[in-house]
Amino acid sequence: MSDLEELYREIILDHYRSPRNRGELETPPAHRTEGFNPLCGDEVIVYLLLDDPAKGDDAVVTDIRMGGQGCSISQSSGSMMSAEVKGKTVGEVRALTKAFKAMMSIHEGTLESGESVVTASLDSDDTDNFEDDAPEMDGELAALRGVVKFPVRIKCATLGWNTLAQAIRESIES
Amino acid sequence: MTSTESKPTDLPRDQLDIAAIKADFPILKQDMNGKRLVFLDSAASAQRPTSVTSAMTLYYETTHANVHRAAYTLAEHATDAMESARKKVAGFIGATSADEVVFTKNATESLNLVARSWGAANLGPSDAVVLTELEHHANIVPWQQLAAEKGFEIRWIPLTEDGHLDLTDLDQLLGGAKLLAVSAMSNVIGTLTPIRVLADAAHAHGALIAVDGCQYVPHLATDVVALNADFLAFSGHKMLGPTGVGVLWARKHLLEEMPPFLGGGGMILDVKKDGFTPAEVPHKFEAGTPPIAEIVGLGAAVDYLDSLGMDQVRAHEVALNAYAMKTLKDRFGERISIYGPTNPSDRGGVMSFAFGDLHPHDVSQILNEHGVCVRPGHHCAKPLMRILGVGATARASWYVYNDESDIDVLADALESAGDFFAF
Repeated sequence: MSDLEELYREIILDHYRSPRNRGELETPPAHRTEGFNPLCGDEVIVYLLLDDPAKGDDAVVTDIRMGGQGCSISQSSGSMMSAEVKGKTVGEVRALTKAFKAMMSIHEGTLESGESVVTASLDSDDTDNFEDDAPEMDGELAALRGVVKFPVRIKCATLGWNTLAQAIRESIES
Repeated sequence: MTSTESKPTDLPRDQLDIAAIKADFPILKQDMNGKRLVFLDSAASAQRPTSVTSAMTLYYETTHANVHRAAYTLAEHATDAMESARKKVAGFIGATSADEVVFTKNATESLNLVARSWGAANLGPSDAVVLTELEHHANIVPWQQLAAEKGFEIRWIPLTEDGHLDLTDLDQLLGGAKLLAVSAMSNVIGTLTPIRVLADAAHAHGALIAVDGCQYVPHLATDVVALNADFLAFSGHKMLGPTGVGVLWARKHLLEEMPPFLGGGGMILDVKKDGFTPAEVPHKFEAGTPPIAEIVGLGAAVDYLDSLGMDQVRAHEVALNAYAMKTLKDRFGERISIYGPTNPSDRGGVMSFAFGDLHPHDVSQILNEHGVCVRPGHHCAKPLMRILGVGATARASWYVYNDESDIDVLADALESAGDFFAF
């Protein structure tokens, strides 16, 4: 498979063409958070509904909807993310986010900063080595692994996840 | 705001020898991703001919010393090299005096200089600054920053459906305004704006006009006197020169009246414990050691463009506009939408387009596989993006080293992108 085919796996294009959980939720009770990629103008809107934000890490994602506009990578990553996190606890979502960003080879410290610093290796050999050490990423999300070879696109893949992290933070704080 | 047809009428004759010009640019001789490098991103930053890099190397190897501050011969040579470049730049834009040419870091700094110096000294709560909806952020944000401090109003000249400035309410917008700050050419949709008309209108209302010439100066013969401009900002790296050097041209009496922007060495006549006396223009605005080698390189870039002739440069780009619009429309029909003016002669060599419903980021990713460099994104013009109703466009832009074959490769690569995403 070429790098390009690796980047645009069929499952990614499927999520791009038929995004899951597309739409809006009533706010409140849901929380709405916008995320932007200032480099390319991509925009993701997360509508997050937790059963009880006061439960913190034990709160459950009862519903999620995605809005916005962007490239196939940002939109499909957000679509896959929405499908994965529904029904999970905030703690589980945080762990999944951490694993996803590790797959994207981004240091955890950038997760909460709101401004993701891309530290992916440009060298494909390093990338290969890294993949051996990466946490297991199950299911469809693993298809996004090919993004790592295109460092400029990593911010596309993590846009939805950064926005969700912010939505969780804001939901729990409010 | 898209064009559905192109009308290549009254095309000027394009007499540049593009093959010879391409040979002057070593960077274009390489392959990229196994294909010939096709550079279509000169609106972001142009490439530079060997004559520019050679001039900079020669300067460093034979001439360098700090300027304006030593009696020894080498420093005199360095100062001469820099001031010679200033004269070339002044001549290139039709300035009546080289003293009107201030070297900055880039056009962004030039526009910030106008805002922070002239603007801070002249704008207050009852005033207004008029911008247009096609401005680059560099000609928006400095005014918003200053407005937050000074409380003046910012007004906007709107766009017509085909991407020209809508001047219907110009007199109303200029009423009570002290400055019109406007781009001479859109970096996104290529629109050329009627600077002389705008300048005369601004002056009739007692306002000044600051022209963002970042896209215009590299591509069209520029005469600040004929344009009747008061300020003109542009960057070296978009006109075959180095990065790190830009220009602010302004009428001399304005520069003399304006307070200094950055303080430090080189910009003073005298400093005492209780204050300082600024130097004469243009040095008053050039604090610290300037980018001397870059200024020398910019002078060499001006020589190169002068050797081609700016009228020829413009004729070539209009011909490429017409060829690109026709080629892409013939080949892709309704699948491609080209933003901005439909007449190739109304545009600079910049073409933003939408290709089906493919996102510009994805389009450019596929084009990259074909060695084609185009830019996806908002191009630092988010208010314009909102008017176009998109988050981003794909933008191809050309210059003296591009020819029809580059457009053909772009078209082939777009075909491939369409195939790849099965659209």
